[in-house]
Amino acid sequence: MLRYTLTRLLSLAISLIVASVVIFLAIEILPGDPAAFMLGVNAQEDTLNALRDQLGLNGSLWERYASWVGGMLSGDFGTSYTYRTPVAEMIGERLWISLPLALYALALSTLIAFPAGIWAASKRGSAVDVTVMGVTQLGVAIPNFWFAMLMVVVFAINLRWFSAGGFPGWDEGFWISIKSLTLPAIALALPQASILARVMRSALLDTLSEDFVRTARAKGLSRRQALRRHALRNALIPVLTIIGLQFSFLLAGGIIIENVFYLPGLGRLIFQAISARDLIVVESVVMLLVFAVVIVNFAVEIAYALVDPRLRHRR
Amino acid sequence: MSDPRTDTLPPSGAPVRLWHLAFRSRNLVIGLALTLVFVIGALLSFLWTPYDITGLDIANKIKPPSARNLLGTDHFGRDILSMIMVGARTSIAVAVVAVGIGMVFGVPLGLWAAARKGSLLDEVIMRANDLVFAFPSLLIAILITAIFGPSAVNAIIAIGIFNIPVFARLTRSGALSLWQRDFILAARVAGKNSARISVEHILPNVTNLLIVQGTIQFSLGILAEAGLSYVGLGAQPPTPSWGRMLAESQTMISFAPHMALFPGLAILLTVLGLNLMGDGLRDLFDPKLQRSRT
Repeated sequence: MLRYTLTRLLSLAISLIVASVVIFLAIEILPGDPAAFMLGVNAQEDTLNALRDQLGLNGSLWERYASWVGGMLSGDFGTSYTYRTPVAEMIGERLWISLPLALYALALSTLIAFPAGIWAASKRGSAVDVTVMGVTQLGVAIPNFWFAMLMVVVFAINLRWFSAGGFPGWDEGFWISIKSLTLPAIALALPQASILARVMRSALLDTLSEDFVRTARAKGLSRRQALRRHALRNALIPVLTIIGLQFSFLLAGGIIIENVFYLPGLGRLIFQAISARDLIVVESVVMLLVFAVVIVNFAVEIAYALVDPRLRHRR
Repeated sequence: MSDPRTDTLPPSGAPVRLWHLAFRSRNLVIGLALTLVFVIGALLSFLWTPYDITGLDIANKIKPPSARNLLGTDHFGRDILSMIMVGARTSIAVAVVAVGIGMVFGVPLGLWAAARKGSLLDEVIMRANDLVFAFPSLLIAILITAIFGPSAVNAIIAIGIFNIPVFARLTRSGALSLWQRDFILAARVAGKNSARISVEHILPNVTNLLIVQGTIQFSLGILAEAGLSYVGLGAQPPTPSWGRMLAESQTMISFAPHMALFPGLAILLTVLGLNLMGDGLRDLFDPKLQRSRT
């Protein structure tokens, strides 16, 4: 297990290093001087130089990369070119919307997908199964930002159950905030729930045809008991992997959904930064999200090995 | 040399069986029909659209569907049906080229890795693939379009890059099982080198896999393009695109829901059609799977 963890840890480190180099170089090849951008066309050469020094733009490529990565490791993400505030602070505020949104959507997706997938698998070929498969086929194909817009028309504009967008802030009360995240979370969860339900169903069908399930049935368990006690547990392994992977889709997918509902999360931040050419913010937010995704994938792989001992010994 | 397709399809009376299977596969027929509607719509738009989409007709703006404009008009009085037909070109072109990029780079990499299985080269290719795979594609697409400027070409590149590992992995795993087969051994005995075997014997036998995956990547490409255009990072005005039609309709959604409804339906139906077609093709190519996975 130690050996497995160490090799996974090594590949985690390599992923992060490669990602940071790619993101850094991508931003680096852009033309334009952020200092000149901040001070305007009439700036004196010495003020420009002073600001470049302050922003750490005068060093060599390698020095700048090292200071960027070093800064991030110590929680310093640099200073926004347009707002002149620390990027770490800006990200911190936005994260309190994007992260709960992703977790909310993940919870919804799991809560919908598990019963649907299990139900469809246990009544294979029935009307229930056909319905679940049909609905999930639609759920996979629907663009989630369009689904979000339709929900706004129905639930916000016509029924007035929810507000059409915006976020009151956690200070205004937990339930009010949760309520304003509900439509975005449903929109995010729908495609993921559809995929997950299909994975759940096919994983269950695979395990149901295994010998140990037949043994359990021969022992006298009903189909339902065999499913619950034996098949479900084994089917969970691929399902858990998918859940972990979906977290990254939810974080990234939130970027678009936040725009539909005017939620001031990381997605809005990234688009504001792009249109203002505030590249240090773009750079840091992308790196942070990539970091989150890589860490989650790592955690999933470790959890996977804990559940399934065979994996630890496979190279 | 034997026909490579005989490995997966029944040898006798193949055309008749094919037609029979296709007819039996509801998914394939529905999927193909849906996809064809949009492909024909896109092709037709080069020759004819109900109305000219470059001419503004402010007197007729934001009209709900009627006999004159089947799907209504937008805030400039443009005919939405015509816009959707022309927009289909953008979606289909972006997705086709993105899948093309994935195949052109991914398939040779996969073949190469499989031919040198276990070598350093194989390891490097597969690790690089894992790396690209681990990153949320939308995020990197946003980064690429943010840096190089929003345009349809950059959207294509951004989506295409993420198709490369998909096809590389698929080709490698398909090729690996083929390398164990007797007819490959025969080819090696005949003195062919691994590059020639990969092209002449492996590639034709993984074509079915590639077609099925290509269909699915095609549908994902259409969704990705719609998402990027929706946030303003895809095709730029005046090129019509489904994603941007949705973005433009958003502020008017309370009094003109039809403007949002039809472009979204176009995306949904195209993606649905392609997914059904992919499922149907998989059943057709691999009848063994038909019963176990639907």
